Amino acid sequence: MIIIPKATYDDMITHAQEGFPLEVCGILGGIYDTVSANYRMTNTDASNEHFMMDPREQFAVVKDLRAKGLTMLAIYHSHPETPARPSKEDIRLALTPDVSYLIISLANADKPEVNSYKISAGNVQIEAIKVII
Amino acid sequence: MNISINGKETILAENSARTVDSLLEELDVSQRLYVTVELNGEILDRPAYETAPVKEGDVIEFLYFMGGGC
Repeated sequence: MIIIPKATYDDMITHAQEGFPLEVCGILGGIYDTVSANYRMTNTDASNEHFMMDPREQFAVVKDLRAKGLTMLAIYHSHPETPARPSKEDIRLALTPDVSYLIISLANADKPEVNSYKISAGNVQIEAIKVII
Repeated sequence: MNISINGKETILAENSARTVDSLLEELDVSQRLYVTVELNGEILDRPAYETAPVKEGDVIEFLYFMGGGC
């Protein structure tokens, strides 16, 4: 399970909506299973079907998390027009160990869907998201 | 040899032939094709992994490519 403050959960959805029709991406940090930091990242692909983070931004986030005594807990991205399930490419490129992979789907624009997955060596497991106030 | 790896002070056996690539191998880093390395604050071009020497006091950060598609 991953625990996400409502403000962060809502911000991921807002980020996805603001970026539509392109995919957006970001990183969540925190301690153990509880998120306390949210970083909107640049999708250098600027694509409706792909995302790729800028390594310079990635390093900056990792160092900022470390300075705050936090660790990277999740990588999120949006699916502007497809369900909140990892694609084959998402699974193949889920390389960062020990993080959750969150997908925000805007396939139903009136009801965005957010799912979280643990992905390792091609194995995908959905995990619960607990949103806290 | 003392170096910093992803923020952790690390002691390695002396090896004057150690490169960034051989260090990643030594650390058992898998899928190295998808790893980005920062050496002393500078992101390395991938071809440099095999030639860039690792020296006493170096600060090395590495992380995996983060991307995907729907």
